[in-house]
Amino acid sequence: MSAIADFFTIALLTATLRSTAPLLFAAMGGLLSERSGVTNIALEGLMLLGAFAAAAGTFFSGNPMIGLAVGMLAGLLGAIVFGVWTIGLRADQIVAGTAINLLGAGLTAFLVQRIWNQAGGSPQVEKLPAFSVGGNNVNILVPVAFLMVPLVHVVLYRTKAGLRIMAAGESPTAAESVGIAVPAYRYACVLASGLLAGLGGAYLSIGDLSQFTTNMTAGRGFIALAAVIFGNWTPWGTLAAALLFGFSQALRYQVQALNLPISQDLLIALPYLVTLVAVTLFARRSHPPAGLGKHAKSG
Amino acid sequence: MTDPAPTAAQPNPATAPYAIEMRGIVKRFPGVVANDGIDLLVRKGEVHALLGENGAGKSTLMNILFGLYHPDEGEIRVGGQQVRFSGPREAVEHGLGMVHQHFMLIPRFTVTENVIMGSEGPGLTIDRKAAAAKVAEIAQRYGLAVDPEARVGDLPVGVQQRVEILRALYQGGQTLILDEPTALLTPQEVEDLYAILERLRAGGGTIVFITHKLREVAAISDRVTVIRRGRTVGVRETRDTTPEELAELMVGREVDLKVVRPEAHPTGPALVADRITVTGGQGQQAVRELSLTVRHGEIVGICGVEGNGQAELVEALAGLRKPESGSITLDGTAIAGRNPDDIRQAGLSYIPEDRHGRGLVLPFSLTENVLLGNIGHEPFSTGGRIDYAATERLTAELMETFDVRAPSPETPVGALSGGNQQKLIIARELHRQPKVILAVQPTRGLDVGAIEFVHRQLVAERDRGKGVLLISFDLDEIMDLSDRILVIFGGRIVGEFPGGAVSRTDLGLLMGGKTA
Repeated sequence: MSAIADFFTIALLTATLRSTAPLLFAAMGGLLSERSGVTNIALEGLMLLGAFAAAAGTFFSGNPMIGLAVGMLAGLLGAIVFGVWTIGLRADQIVAGTAINLLGAGLTAFLVQRIWNQAGGSPQVEKLPAFSVGGNNVNILVPVAFLMVPLVHVVLYRTKAGLRIMAAGESPTAAESVGIAVPAYRYACVLASGLLAGLGGAYLSIGDLSQFTTNMTAGRGFIALAAVIFGNWTPWGTLAAALLFGFSQALRYQVQALNLPISQDLLIALPYLVTLVAVTLFARRSHPPAGLGKHAKSG
Repeated sequence: MTDPAPTAAQPNPATAPYAIEMRGIVKRFPGVVANDGIDLLVRKGEVHALLGENGAGKSTLMNILFGLYHPDEGEIRVGGQQVRFSGPREAVEHGLGMVHQHFMLIPRFTVTENVIMGSEGPGLTIDRKAAAAKVAEIAQRYGLAVDPEARVGDLPVGVQQRVEILRALYQGGQTLILDEPTALLTPQEVEDLYAILERLRAGGGTIVFITHKLREVAAISDRVTVIRRGRTVGVRETRDTTPEELAELMVGREVDLKVVRPEAHPTGPALVADRITVTGGQGQQAVRELSLTVRHGEIVGICGVEGNGQAELVEALAGLRKPESGSITLDGTAIAGRNPDDIRQAGLSYIPEDRHGRGLVLPFSLTENVLLGNIGHEPFSTGGRIDYAATERLTAELMETFDVRAPSPETPVGALSGGNQQKLIIARELHRQPKVILAVQPTRGLDVGAIEFVHRQLVAERDRGKGVLLISFDLDEIMDLSDRILVIFGGRIVGEFPGGAVSRTDLGLLMGGKTA
């Protein structure tokens, strides 16, 4: 019993929450975008842009709050580009998303080199404030991430805008037939996903760590998208999935801390393996929005 | 609007003011004049049929009325007031409501959500309870039996249509336009729809009923406007006209409404299914221990409501789905579970329901489409090499024989009209000299002329000794063509009748799972 009690500590809990937070930001953005009918595989790139911009903003201003705003703005800008491509110009959503991801990886690595004249990442910058839970530091963005879940739930299921977002995602043609401006709602959701992914990225560079490192998102944008799918496109389901993925990341730190005889390589791979298994097992039961990737028939 | 309720309840067709006036409507698209001077005058409180073939310009006219297109010429008045809508929203604000042929509904939403979406009322949030109560109240008032909390995807098609009607009423519609509203309904649901329309009219509503079916004009309308090739060719009081006159107006020549079908002389069995069970896409038993026989020289029609196992039966017969058990033989050869090519070689030709999904590859040319299903066989290919020259010659011949109108065999079939596409499929399938023809909804979406052609071809094949299995949701088609009629319900054959010896009512009851 005591071995189990040693393992499931406050430290593991806070580590889980810390690993889940960035996934949750991106996943809530992805959820909004997907429910409006836009497949958003650009989350990874948007997060990376946010992570970089937050570190750079903090570096130049010396103020992590300004860095946070810059990070969100970078996610927003990326999302504007993605939105114009996919909604305005009706480009293929997967191709456009891939382009944003390539842009995010390439541009941030290039700018790291140009600005700081070094490869691999930024210098140390100041972090966003944190508070303590049982001796473990928790960044202020962590509770914010969890608050996003009920917020998105209320928006989707209680508001007029939510009904219209879901109508646009289920059947853009039917939505337009009753006068819903489908592109406007899709733009709003994609832009919100940019802000949220940027926030998730900023959390990584100036909340969790105190620097930007190249490709520091390490697939978290894709895992966030997997959480949306695994969560069957609902906010609470997505939360549960994100917690599972976050937990599998946190396990690694706990096993390290306790010096347990489990392969490091396996632990590093664990979140990705869990994602793969989850998506495989639940793909058949999932009900994606019926209008995902579709445009209205008119105009 | 300001019409006094008593007069609306007792409409006097001769003097009632117009609800909709469309005069001299012209709409040109590059290369086509879709509307070439259409007049449509609909009086308040009447059921007005708009009759025309596919492609006559009905949809364009309605899209113009709802502001999706702007007419190049002409004038539109709604309730006496000249209008020029910039979109459906404005049309709805002027009291027009559209009930679409392909429902504009979201299966995953509830009835209430579907009804209120786009007109949720003021404020940021939705009061679902109040909305559901209002929906229930309107449903009650017009006798539209619908549960406001039900998920639309779980409802039968006829009830889904009521949701569309409900939405139009909820949005304040006083003039409802129904686009081919019976296309997907069972005979019983059609009767229910007629009753609803009667109640709406009695309540002062105006109805425009778009159709190409003469029977419906006679059954429900007070007046009828006939359009052909983008022009209004006649306006009649329904009681003063005949189906023959309307058909002639609609098609532009005299048409034979009755299929000429001499007596059948069936011989031995051509296609025999013996207690076949087929599992559907959702794992359900779609076809249960079903047996049927089609003899050489007869047309056997299977009627039933969509979703009672027809699709799975067809797939099992064509080799697209493996039956769980039971046997299928074609002229003595066992074909159950064999692949489609083997079955085609054994002598089955298949005219699929879905021209675009299964029958043709739209971006391919006529020649390439004729190749489909024939690629591995002489004279289309030898030693693995396709003989395009021979195929193209054959395609040209088929176009001649079957009156497929296309600029050349190299034209992509996507550019052809539905009728010509269907003729090409029939040409390809009949050219193979099959023993059995499996025809599924062979005239869906075709105009009267093309329907006549397809029906004549099927009867001709029958008279050449082929077995024809016809599966259709169109009861008239089944009754006109079949030498024997089978009724399918819940994956079983629940009734069998000699053609011409059974009433629509009896068939309709059996199709709905009741006993006649």
